[in-house]
Amino acid sequence: MFAYIVRRLLWSVVLLSVLSVVVFSIFYLIPLVGGATPETLAGRYVGRAATPETVHLTAERLGLLDPVPVQYWHWLKGVFVGAEYDYGSGVEHCPAPCLGYSFITKQPVWPELLDRAPVTISLVVGASLIWLIAGVSVGVISALRRGTVFDRGAMGVALAGVSLPIFFTGLIALAFFSYRLRITAPGGTFVPFSESPGRWAYSLLLPWITLAFLFAAQYARLTRAGMLETMTEDYIRTARAKGLPERTVILRHGLRGALTPVLTIFGLDVGLLLGGAVITEKTFSLNGLGKYAYDGIVSNDLPKILGVTLVAGFFVIIANLVVDLLYGVIDPRVRLE
Amino acid sequence: MNHSRSVRARGLAAVGVSAALLLAACGGGGGSGGNENPGAQSSQAGFNAGSTSVVNPSDKKGGTLKFANEGDWDTLDPGETYYAYSWNFARLYGRSLMMFKSAPGKEGNQLVPDLAEAPGQASDNAKTWTYKLRKGVKFDDGTEVTSADVKYAVLRSTDKQTFPNGPAYWDALLNLPSGYKGPYKSPNMNTDSAIETPDESTIVFHLKQPFAAFDYLGQQPDTMPVPKDKDTGAKYRNSIVSTGPYKFADLQPGKSFNLVRNDQWDPATDPNRKALPDRIEVSLNVNADDIDNRIISGDLDVAVTALGVQPAAQSRVLQDPTLKENADNPLGVRLWYTSINPTVPPLNNIECRKAVEYAMDRTSYQTAYGGQFAGGDLATTILPPSVPGYQAYDLYPDGQDHKGDLDAAKKSLEACGQPNGFQTNIAYRSERPKEKATAEAFQQALARVGIQLTLKPYPQGDYFAQYAGLPPYVVKNKLGLALNGWAADWPDGFGFLSQIVDSRVIRPAGGSSNMSVRIPEVDQMLDKALTELDTDKRNQDWGAIDKRVMEEAVIYPGVYSKSLLVRSKNATNIFVTDAYGEYDYLGLGAQK
Repeated sequence: MFAYIVRRLLWSVVLLSVLSVVVFSIFYLIPLVGGATPETLAGRYVGRAATPETVHLTAERLGLLDPVPVQYWHWLKGVFVGAEYDYGSGVEHCPAPCLGYSFITKQPVWPELLDRAPVTISLVVGASLIWLIAGVSVGVISALRRGTVFDRGAMGVALAGVSLPIFFTGLIALAFFSYRLRITAPGGTFVPFSESPGRWAYSLLLPWITLAFLFAAQYARLTRAGMLETMTEDYIRTARAKGLPERTVILRHGLRGALTPVLTIFGLDVGLLLGGAVITEKTFSLNGLGKYAYDGIVSNDLPKILGVTLVAGFFVIIANLVVDLLYGVIDPRVRLE
Repeated sequence: MNHSRSVRARGLAAVGVSAALLLAACGGGGGSGGNENPGAQSSQAGFNAGSTSVVNPSDKKGGTLKFANEGDWDTLDPGETYYAYSWNFARLYGRSLMMFKSAPGKEGNQLVPDLAEAPGQASDNAKTWTYKLRKGVKFDDGTEVTSADVKYAVLRSTDKQTFPNGPAYWDALLNLPSGYKGPYKSPNMNTDSAIETPDESTIVFHLKQPFAAFDYLGQQPDTMPVPKDKDTGAKYRNSIVSTGPYKFADLQPGKSFNLVRNDQWDPATDPNRKALPDRIEVSLNVNADDIDNRIISGDLDVAVTALGVQPAAQSRVLQDPTLKENADNPLGVRLWYTSINPTVPPLNNIECRKAVEYAMDRTSYQTAYGGQFAGGDLATTILPPSVPGYQAYDLYPDGQDHKGDLDAAKKSLEACGQPNGFQTNIAYRSERPKEKATAEAFQQALARVGIQLTLKPYPQGDYFAQYAGLPPYVVKNKLGLALNGWAADWPDGFGFLSQIVDSRVIRPAGGSSNMSVRIPEVDQMLDKALTELDTDKRNQDWGAIDKRVMEEAVIYPGVYSKSLLVRSKNATNIFVTDAYGEYDYLGLGAQK
C-alpha cells in the first residue's frame, strides 16, 4: 500500500511537470508560432500611451525576449531555488517555491495562492458535505420509494438543480435572501474559520447551498440509479433471506454497492473545485483560487494562471488518489493486496 | 412515461425560475431612495438630476461610504494609475499641483490650484512653467511636503520599465537630459534642465516645446508628492504615503482597502475638499451584477468604475419609476467612432468617404452600443459636448430620423466615380459584441447604396499594433473602415484630440489610435493651439480642428458615450462632474 502511494505521488510530480509545460506553451509558444513577437506579447501589459521603447523595456523586464525554453527554465528554477524581482527601487527575493510574479499586480504568486486557498477550501468542504449528504439521502429514498410523489418531486427539483447555472441561482439567491430578507451574508463576505466558526459558516451559507444545489441534483440522480440497480442484485435478496433487518440491507449492502460510482465522481468534483470554483467564487465575489484564476485569464496574467493550474492539478491528483484508496474500503473486490 | 415526467419537471423548474425572478424583481425597488436626511432632496431630484446639480446636499461629517470595483484597481500608485475613475478617486488621498474643481456638471471641468497656490505661471513662450506650493501641507507621517517631493514624484513616473502603464506626457515634454531613465536607474543625473526646485515651495518645469495647457498636466496624479525615502518603486502601490484628507488602512491587494482620516491633513491648506465621510471602504473584484443589486438595496454606495449598470439592472432601473428617479445618465468624455481610411482605394477619394458618412444609419450605431441610456447620444462631431471647445455642427446631415441620407450618399458615389457602390472591409475587435453589432449595422446601412462591406474581426490585444493600427496591413487587407473609440485623458481639446487627429502619432510599425487622420494642416493647427495661452481662444482652436477633420470625412462619429448610474441611498452630496463623467468622489458624504 505504501509503495502504491509513493508511486502515485511520484507520478503526480511528472504529471504536474507536463501540465506546466503545456500551460507555458499555450501562453508563450503558440502566440510566437502564430506570428506574435515579444513586443506584441508585452503590449498587453503596458498602458495605451506606451511608446515602442516602453513596450520593449516591458518585454525585457518580463523576460519575454529570451527563448521560450529559457523562460521556462527560469520559471522552473524559481520553483526550486526561488527568484528575484526588480521592482524599480530595489530587488525582492521570492523564496522557493516561487511560482512567479504577477505581471499585473507585481506580487509573487505563491503567497497569494496560499492566501486564497482557505476561501476555496472552505467553500468546497462545506458545499461538498451538503451535496453529498443531501444528494445521497434523496437518491436512496427516491430509489426505495420509486414512483411516489416524493420520488417525482425530488427528481424534478434535481432536474432544476442540474439545469440552472450558478451565476443565475446565485444572483437570485443573493437578491432574495441577502438583500430582500437579509438573512444571509451579502456577496463578498468571508470570515476565516479561525476567527469565528459561527460567522465563517454564516458567511458561506448561501454559496454552500447554491453550489450544493447544483451538485446534489447530480448525486441524487446518480445514487437513485445505482440503488435501483443494486437493490435488484442477488446478494440483496440473499441478505433479506438471511433475515437481516431492512435498514442493514439498505445501508450496509445496498448503499455500499451503489456508492462506488458516486465516490468516483465525488473525488473528481472535489478535486476540480478545490482548484477553483470559478463561477461560484465570481458570482459571490469570494476571493478564492477560482476568482484568482479568472482575474488572471481576463488580464492575460500568465503567472497567476500557471499557479492556479498547478494547484488545481495537484488537488485533482490527490483527490483521485484518496478516492482510489477509499475504493478498497467500500468495495472489497478492488482492495489492494 | 419519461417524456411526461420530463415535461412536468421542466414545468416545475419554470415555475421556480419565474417565482425567483419575481422575488428578485421585488427585491430592489422598495422605497424612494431611503432618504432619511431632512435636508435631502433625492426623492424629488428626479432622473438625471445629479448630472447638473447636487442631489441630497449635506455638510454633515461622519459615516462610511462603501465603494466596489468589478475588477482590480489598475494601480493606486499616483505615478502610474491611468483610469478616469482612479484619477477621480486619487484626489481623496493625494494632492496634485492642480485639480478639477469638486462641482457638478460643467463647473467640474474647471481647474483649480490644489497643492499649488495658483495656476502655473508661463514664460519662455509657454515652455517654462512655475508653481508656488502651499505652505503647511504634510504627508501622513507628519513630514512637510516640499517642491523636491513633487519633482521626485514626476521623475519617478518617467521610469517606464517600472511604471509601464501610466501616461507618458512627462517623458515626451520635459527637457530631460539624454539617457535619463528615472531616479532609480539614473540617481545621480542632474535633472535641473527639466525640473528646478529653487526653494522648498517653488517648482519650475522646463519643456522641449510650448504647451499652453500645462495646468492640465499639473492635475495628473503623478504630480502628487512622493517622499523619496518611502518610495518602494513598483511596490509603492501597496504603501502609499498620503497627502489628502484620507490615508490607507488595511490594504489587501486584489481584495479590498480602506481609507481613514489622515490626521495630518489640515483643512486650512485645502479649500477644495469637504472630506465628509469618516471612512471609505473599497471592495475589489466584486461581481458586477452583485454591485448593482447591492447599490439598489442600499448595501453599497458607489460602483467606482462608473461604467454604468449591467443589462439586467438596466431594464429594472428604466422600468421602475422609483429606481429611475434615483438614477443619472451622464455623458462621458468618450466617443465611439469609426475610422475611414483614406489610404484604401476608393476611399482615397473624399467623395467616396462622404458617401459612407451620408449612408450610415446613425440610430443603428446607437442601438449597437446599448441605446439611448446605456449607449449614448448620436454624435456628429469628434469632441463630445462635455469637452470645452465643443461646437455643435453636422456636416453630413442624415435626415430627420437619422437613418441616413441615401440621396446624398448616391450623389457622392457618382462624384467619386463609383455610382454602383464599391467593396471594402470593416475591422472590429472580436471580443467586443458592441463593435460587431456596429460593423453589422454598417454592413446593412451601406448596402443600401451598393457599398459592400466584409466584416474583419481581430483580437483586441493586437488590434492597433498588428492589424487596424498597422498602416501597411490596413492597405494590404483593404480595411477601409475600422471601429474605434477614444476617451480623453482630461476634458480639453488637446487631451481629446492629440492622439487621434495628429498624423505624427501614426507609426509605420503600428500601435497608434489614430488610424485615418493624416492632414498636415491639422498638425499645424494643433501646434498653434498649444502656444495659445488664452483658454477661450484655445478652446475655439480645438473646435476648428474638430471641424477641419470632419471636412475630410476620415472619421464617422457614432455616439457620445453615456452610462446609467444609480444613486446611493446612503450618500449625500451626489453629483456628476463633467471632468470624469462620473460621480464626484471627492464631494460625496455619508448619512451613516
